Amino acid sequence: MREKNRMMSCEEFQAQLPELIGSGENAAEHEHIKTCDLCRALLADLETIAEAARQLFPVVEPPDNLWDQIESRIKNEEGPDGARGRVPSGAVPHPQ
Amino acid sequence: MSDSSAPTQLSSPVRTGHIDGDDAPRPRRPAGFAPAASPDPSEAQVLARAQAGDHHAFAQLYSLHKRRIYSLCLRMVGNIAEAEDLTQEAFLQLHRKIGTFRGDSAFSTWLHRLAINVVLMQLRKKGLSLISLDEAMEPAPEEGPGRSFGAPDLTLAGAIDRLALERAVADLPAGYRLIFILHDVEGFEHNEIAAMLDCSIGNSKSQLHKARLKLREALRAHSQQEARL
Repeated sequence: MREKNRMMSCEEFQAQLPELIGSGENAAEHEHIKTCDLCRALLADLETIAEAARQLFPVVEPPDNLWDQIESRIKNEEGPDGARGRVPSGAVPHPQ
Repeated sequence: MSDSSAPTQLSSPVRTGHIDGDDAPRPRRPAGFAPAASPDPSEAQVLARAQAGDHHAFAQLYSLHKRRIYSLCLRMVGNIAEAEDLTQEAFLQLHRKIGTFRGDSAFSTWLHRLAINVVLMQLRKKGLSLISLDEAMEPAPEEGPGRSFGAPDLTLAGAIDRLALERAVADLPAGYRLIFILHDVEGFEHNEIAAMLDCSIGNSKSQLHKARLKLREALRAHSQQEARL
């Protein structure tokens, strides 16, 4: 019982942190966080970084001609008869 | 001859024909490992037709997934021309291998894995920071938790310079960058990342944590530099 109630050290807490955060548990509710400014600051920073990441690098559209290049290489690989040629490739519409 | 870039069979539960293209934004799932959105039967048909050699269907798959694959490539290499080449290569690989997709994982996870292999091969070819996936997947005792201590007064205080963070992400070793981008930027869950990278879920969590610690270190150094100016 005494072991269970012993105050966890920062090393012990931080060793558990990847699992605590990764499994979606509320690490902020952990006993150690309530009493340790250092680990509370660490946790806040990690949360801030994860939150800020969502605003990074917006999803971007590739250039329109990329499909043309891919299609052209596919046709080259397939040869004139179309190695996979079950469906004619001549009239493939440009994907939107 | 074996092809090291070929996605291997994954061990996650069968979700036949599940496609979640980038026209359907990924919901952020805050906790746990709940399954992704339900399969769309019409998309499953597109996949089946593409597997049967239908070029129109393949064009539709490209249309569904091009943004996320291109964005992933761009985030990993930070160069538009290179990202276009890698996207092109990823979809060519997809065209060659689509017949081998058996639905053991979500199609999008499988395609991401394929694209990631293309990106990593390119990084290795360039000899760039081979502190890549292999190294990121290895335990690094010197980066133990003790290293993440810091005085509370140096906290990031909830405000992060976005450009500084983007630079810090770009400076991460490729393996850490990949896991950070997949989880924190793209919103994949650890079980999906583990399937893509062929590592354990615990490993994915631990490497993501190390990536965030490295970013924190870089951002704190940046803040200190700014404060001195």
